[in-house]
Amino acid sequence: MESTIFGLDTTLFWTAFFVIGTFGLYIGIAIWARASTTEDFYVAGHDVHPVFNGMATAADWMSAASFLSMAGLIAFMGYDGSVFLMGWTGGYVLLALLLAPYLRKFGKFTVPDFVGDRYYSQAARIMAVICALFISFTYIAGQMRGTGIAFSNFLGVPIEAGVIIGAIIVLFYAGLGGMKGVTYTQVAQYCVLIFAFTVPAVFLSIQITGNPLPQLGFIGNTADGTPLLMSLDRTLTDLGFTSYLQGEKAMIDVVAITAALMVGTAGLPHVIIRFFTVPRASDARRSAGWALIFIAALYTTAPAVAVFARSNFIDTVNESVYSVDVARQEARASEMGEDATPQWFYNWERTGLLGFTDKNDDGRIQYRADPETNEVTTLDRDIFVLANPEIGGLPGWVIGLVVAGGLAAALSTAAGLLMVISSAVSHDLCRKVLFQNMSDTQELLVARVAAVGAVLVAIYAGINPPGFVAAVVAFAFGLGAASFFPVIFLGIFWKRMNKEGAIAGMVVGLSITAAYIVHFKIGFSSIVLGVVALIIGIVLLIMHFGLKGEGDTRPMLIGSIVFGLIFLGGAFGVLPDIAPGTADQWFLGVSPEGFGSVGMVISFITATLVALATKAPPEEIQNMVEDIRMPSSVSHVTHGNAPAE
Amino acid sequence: MADQDHPAGDKPSSGVSGDHTVREERYKRYWRENLNLMGVLLVIWFTVSYGFGILFRDILDNFSIGGAPLGFWFAQQGAIYVFVILIFVYSAMMNRIERKYDAEDENA
Repeated sequence: MESTIFGLDTTLFWTAFFVIGTFGLYIGIAIWARASTTEDFYVAGHDVHPVFNGMATAADWMSAASFLSMAGLIAFMGYDGSVFLMGWTGGYVLLALLLAPYLRKFGKFTVPDFVGDRYYSQAARIMAVICALFISFTYIAGQMRGTGIAFSNFLGVPIEAGVIIGAIIVLFYAGLGGMKGVTYTQVAQYCVLIFAFTVPAVFLSIQITGNPLPQLGFIGNTADGTPLLMSLDRTLTDLGFTSYLQGEKAMIDVVAITAALMVGTAGLPHVIIRFFTVPRASDARRSAGWALIFIAALYTTAPAVAVFARSNFIDTVNESVYSVDVARQEARASEMGEDATPQWFYNWERTGLLGFTDKNDDGRIQYRADPETNEVTTLDRDIFVLANPEIGGLPGWVIGLVVAGGLAAALSTAAGLLMVISSAVSHDLCRKVLFQNMSDTQELLVARVAAVGAVLVAIYAGINPPGFVAAVVAFAFGLGAASFFPVIFLGIFWKRMNKEGAIAGMVVGLSITAAYIVHFKIGFSSIVLGVVALIIGIVLLIMHFGLKGEGDTRPMLIGSIVFGLIFLGGAFGVLPDIAPGTADQWFLGVSPEGFGSVGMVISFITATLVALATKAPPEEIQNMVEDIRMPSSVSHVTHGNAPAE
Repeated sequence: MADQDHPAGDKPSSGVSGDHTVREERYKRYWRENLNLMGVLLVIWFTVSYGFGILFRDILDNFSIGGAPLGFWFAQQGAIYVFVILIFVYSAMMNRIERKYDAEDENA
């Protein structure tokens, strides 16, 4: 471990080697897969093989949070961590059965395309664009932050520089290659990240349970013959922690969060658009299956890693003898005898992700639930994935691989989101709403400019993360569940669904869910109220310009000026500060993370009632729905009104 | 699933011929079969995740699979495996239904 390569510490050398190597690979792929038409740019020419699309979807889907944080989160949450495992996989069943094949049959480029055409309404299209942009920006800021942190922890680069390097790489291949470039880099990124995640897991599984398959190690026995899960559960309860097998969350909240994550997954635009890239509707179904296999490879390994890492941490760290000499890098842990604190603990203490305070001065580390006696004062959840290679005693290059894997996960997700933002602006907003006589070439140019603009915003948000990034899971999935899922679902399965219902459903679902999350996660302070007013003002302004042909839009212009003034008031602190809500005020005991499922139900009810109270959609729309339901592009059931293929 | 009734006249005539109402009827049957299949699969989807993994996990935890209580295992492993199987089953069954109703999608 002490050896150096080219004057660099081994770990640093291999980290730099893998990071630079993989980045070079991504750039090479982007140059090979340049996009020349809007078809290439938005949907990779509708020409991606279902298995490749499955891999790309898996990489698109699994973010820095899945790769770096999820196993650690489960390690701390035990049973409660199941909400992520079921929630972030079960949505693919909904996608494959309810949405993907029909949206692919519809045959356009984006989610707002579907909403706008199915509901024959520019207002609905604009609402969908706003939802897509809002979800994607919250999500991308988190990815950029993750990239910066990975760079700063491992390559000694400041967070700011890391964010900028990551952003430039993503911009390069998304801007150049569009969806085509993004797709094939995501395939490569999936391979990097799954390899990086599984290799340490296999070694840990062998060490702890003797079984090379982590999924079997998870239900296997430790060396002394007791089941691993039981022995971890007993150890944790002895140290005062809650039972690993029971969890603390109320059952209703577990159901609500799982449902919000599942439905939210099916409603996330960057996931949905991946299914526009395959050739046929039947490929969309199959591709969703492949995507879930590739995702399951990580998602069934993660709970095993969680158990291995937590058990290992307690076995090797708790009650071990801490050496000041090793901490000062004057000695090696291996020289300190049997029950000495392992070397990796000191290494990670230096990064600030682990911290030890000897509260009772006995020179040993006591890991306890009680904050009074617990001496592991800092324990970052990401440590359980990052430190795994060292905990498992694996060579330095594996650590480099894990870092490259974490970056692959962050960058692939960021690229997918960038595509949604860029197409929402160029295709949905500019081409379909504001400047309807744009040419393909102009649209492509706007798409690339929009990508640059989005990256600049993402860089800013990654360097100065706004408060809402912490609530990214609640926001992105809650809004996906409460806005997109109901309108798309009803649009396919209920011919009678009309534009009034769709707009009402989106507006009500979105605003109630967003308000609940903001109230309990951030609190409506003056500036937050101001920002809300600003968003409403911008939406009204876009509506004013976008709805010119559909009647008098002057009230919208006036409204947008009024909300603009409210924003100024909020920015100068004139508006009241409302304190954030507390957990005992939760509606039916549902946390903000789970509220998306409540918002979804409200959105469904609103949309249905409003649709029933207003007139049915025009006949050609009902025919379009029948057409979408039939996968064949030749045998039209009714009046062959073929969507553009 | 396998218990779907095959409509009378298992081999429908090719989509191009036949008058409007026949095609309408065939479309309805195709769509109903699709919805039935979906319904069955979604019931399984709900049962393994919300049922086994959350609502009835205490009962299932009386049994175990390897060293893990069964309910806990479903919540962290089993449900995910079933999800994968469900999608591939749907995909295969739908291809069959589409062939039956002569509604396969052609290469664009």
